[in-house]
Amino acid sequence: MTRVTVENVWKVYGDQTVLENINFETEPGSFIALVGPSGCGKSTFLRMMLGDEAPTRGRILIDGVELEDEPSPDRGVVFQKYSVFPHLTALQNVMLGLEFAASPFTGRLFGRTKREARNASLDMLKSVGLTHAVHKYPSELSGGMQQRLAIAQALIKKPKILLLDEPFGALDPGIRNEVHEIMLRLWREEGMTIFMVTHDLSEAFKLGTRVIAFDRVRNRPEEQKAYGATVTFDLKVDGKSAPPQPPADVTLAAAAQ
Amino acid sequence: MRRLINRRPDVASRFGLMILPFVIVVIAYMVASEARLSVNPNDKLLPGWSTISDAIERMAFLPDQRTGDYLLWSDTLSSLTRLGIGVAIATLIGGIFGILQGLIPYFRATFNAFTGVLSMIPPLSVLPILFIIFGLGELAKVMLVVIGIVPFIIRDLALRTAEIPHEEIIKAQTLGASTWQIILRIVVPQMLPRLIDGVRLSLGAAWLFLIAAEAIASDSGLGYRIFLMRRYLAMDVILPYVAWITILAFALDLSLRLFQRIAFRWMYRGN
Repeated sequence: MTRVTVENVWKVYGDQTVLENINFETEPGSFIALVGPSGCGKSTFLRMMLGDEAPTRGRILIDGVELEDEPSPDRGVVFQKYSVFPHLTALQNVMLGLEFAASPFTGRLFGRTKREARNASLDMLKSVGLTHAVHKYPSELSGGMQQRLAIAQALIKKPKILLLDEPFGALDPGIRNEVHEIMLRLWREEGMTIFMVTHDLSEAFKLGTRVIAFDRVRNRPEEQKAYGATVTFDLKVDGKSAPPQPPADVTLAAAAQ
Repeated sequence: MRRLINRRPDVASRFGLMILPFVIVVIAYMVASEARLSVNPNDKLLPGWSTISDAIERMAFLPDQRTGDYLLWSDTLSSLTRLGIGVAIATLIGGIFGILQGLIPYFRATFNAFTGVLSMIPPLSVLPILFIIFGLGELAKVMLVVIGIVPFIIRDLALRTAEIPHEEIIKAQTLGASTWQIILRIVVPQMLPRLIDGVRLSLGAAWLFLIAAEAIASDSGLGYRIFLMRRYLAMDVILPYVAWITILAFALDLSLRLFQRIAFRWMYRGN
């Protein structure tokens, strides 16, 4: 069971502060929905969770251990697009994670180990409803099928945390509901922690056990650069609201101004 | 009247339009040749069809009196051998350096400016150096082809590699891939068809450098023959040779394109 702790995280690009003073802790097995207006840094936060970018200040801990500073198999990801590899069939896309782990030099499996990886991958594809499309290339799949494939591909590694960057944003409403159901079922089965960035509030409340909103508190033009977005509300979806507690040093700094 | 940009030829007229420029060129040649030959039957500049077909028969189907070779075929063999070896070496070097330069920041920082400067050297200007270093044999000619096209292939492939969506590289890492596995399973398979595109685009340049090298120092080859025949104003040989080189270049390009289509089906499926 995985607990994520975000401690006083800031992200600054040059003289532009994007995120400031992000603090929260997640219960094991949470489904966290990150919402906020575009440009509020929610995708930047997800990239920091991935290890694609490092926080300028503060740190992110998984079960008390600081994140590796590059992407690793304990954190799976599904992007809005480009999540699957166009030159591999659906089955090959899912098998890839198993092949990487078992075959450092050739990145390929043969014989019995290959059959095992193939069977595990076929099961995974079955659980996202892609049994009929295992030998198709991604360009032959619809948008919803591609995202289901991306989910299967990520989950074959049994990640502790699954990161979703607007994964259903480009799908038609009907298809989106379908993928929502699959996502919820797999989340319950696997018991992992999910972070999902979305700009769709109804999606956030439908899927999330907790909705965290990022926004800029100071919006005057001359303040835009110096102040970034922070957590403006933090809501347990079962109805209990938990407003963010600013740590003592920030309160002091605010008082000094 | 619909706008010109919205009007499309049907299949029959498309075919007609396609061959039209070729027909015009052939007719213009025939008219001009006729006119010159009627004034001076010994004119060498625009030989008539019969003179040309005699020359083709002499070069392609009768053994040379001095060497006993069928000159067109022996020239073709030696030119294609040089071109093939040169292009193969350039493809290998270009593929390796292009991918590493496009993918690995340290490699890019080391070699990007260097290949950029190298690609600005006019290859023909180093031909004398190649002749001095490698002598007048086959090696210097192959090297000119390699040096002439390798910078382009490297830079083209480095750009294509850098265009692989960042998401794919991140995703591979979350699946546990090492740098080597990313190169082997993600980058190389997607870059091979791009590499073929790069090679196709540089084939024209490869022929240019090959013919230049053959013209200057050689005793066989299509380029050698053309420049030799120039001394005798033998247009009846030069014209079919030029046509033959064009056909060879076209066939090479076509076969690379077909190979790409068959070998990399994923690029063409579904879209």
